[in-house]
Amino acid sequence: MKAIEARDVVLSFGETLALRGASISVAPGEIVAIMGPSGSGKSTLLHCLAGILVPDSGEIHFDGRRIDTLNENQRSVLRRDHFGFVFQFGQLVPELTAEENVALPLLLGGVKRAAALKEARPWFERLGLAGLERRRSGELSGGQAQRVALARGLVARPGALFADEPTGALDSLTGEQVMDLLVSSAREQGTTVVLVTHEARIAACADRQVIVRDGKVNALVHS
Amino acid sequence: MTLLGLLEREPSHGYDLKRDYDTFFNRSKPLPFGQVYSTLGRLARDGKIVVGEVEPGVGPERKRYVITERGATEVESWLTEPVEAEPNLQTVLFTKVVLALMLNRPAEEYLDIQRAAHLRRMKDFTEVRRSGDLVDAMLADHGLFHLEADLHWIDTTVARLDALRKVVRR
Repeated sequence: MKAIEARDVVLSFGETLALRGASISVAPGEIVAIMGPSGSGKSTLLHCLAGILVPDSGEIHFDGRRIDTLNENQRSVLRRDHFGFVFQFGQLVPELTAEENVALPLLLGGVKRAAALKEARPWFERLGLAGLERRRSGELSGGQAQRVALARGLVARPGALFADEPTGALDSLTGEQVMDLLVSSAREQGTTVVLVTHEARIAACADRQVIVRDGKVNALVHS
Repeated sequence: MTLLGLLEREPSHGYDLKRDYDTFFNRSKPLPFGQVYSTLGRLARDGKIVVGEVEPGVGPERKRYVITERGATEVESWLTEPVEAEPNLQTVLFTKVVLALMLNRPAEEYLDIQRAAHLRRMKDFTEVRRSGDLVDAMLADHGLFHLEADLHWIDTTVARLDALRKVVRR
């Protein structure tokens, strides 16, 4: 059984071949780290797995369903209902409070405001953010903002969480704390995680690491 | 030197020294009692410690050892002297890469195998960091940062293999 699978994925940006037949499969509840040099195609692969980019050829499957053939609207619904995202710089909505940011995926999914905020609040205690619920992103440290982003990524209990350099902007200790929280929260919920990182210490927190080089997953590292 | 340092903290019995050494400095491989007492004997012979009051009872652990001025000076100079910042250029790994290139073997595959071994070890250390106490976590961090440095070297070497091949196969 595979939660996520890519088969022979090829994708070009103009003349540049970013993915040259990349294949990967991720088991349900597994946490996989994608590593590789800059420009190797690791973020592009993540975006294909998450239904953000559509490959030129090859197939992407999520929970046994082929997703690369879905239209933009269908992929948008899939991302909203089944996927969570964490990016390098949090990308919180600056006009919203921290708790509104966490509640955002629920609000977008049609949950009423009071219910969404009620669902969002326990995450602040869980991630060591109690008391920061009403702050806006400008009033949070990098580590706090990233934990808010992590809560936002997981609040709707997605089937899969995609994280692109989730600790890339943090110092090593704060980065490890965020990663530990990501791992423990995802395990609690049984969420499958695919994360891109260039930091080996962060990758070592995952169940398995794969290396993307020259647009291919050409070195599978079981640990 | 570690035992001498522990004695500067306070006069101690051999048993206490072993316990603290095992707790803080060598958690995976306890120090044999024989080694503790042979080291203490050598330190006493060299005038770095003396046997203080002998408490009532039997057995060598009843002796309390006290650091001397000479011993304290040695601890001070050892602490202030930097550890040699070895560039480690002649490591086994470096030799393997160069030899592999010289012999037209797949150096990149060897480095990938090494990367996997490093990541496995890092995963072990990560588990220790997560589940252990602060001392365990700090020791694990030290291991993690060193392995990470090796991985940076492996990644850079992979990127330079073609150039290195030309150099070593001239």
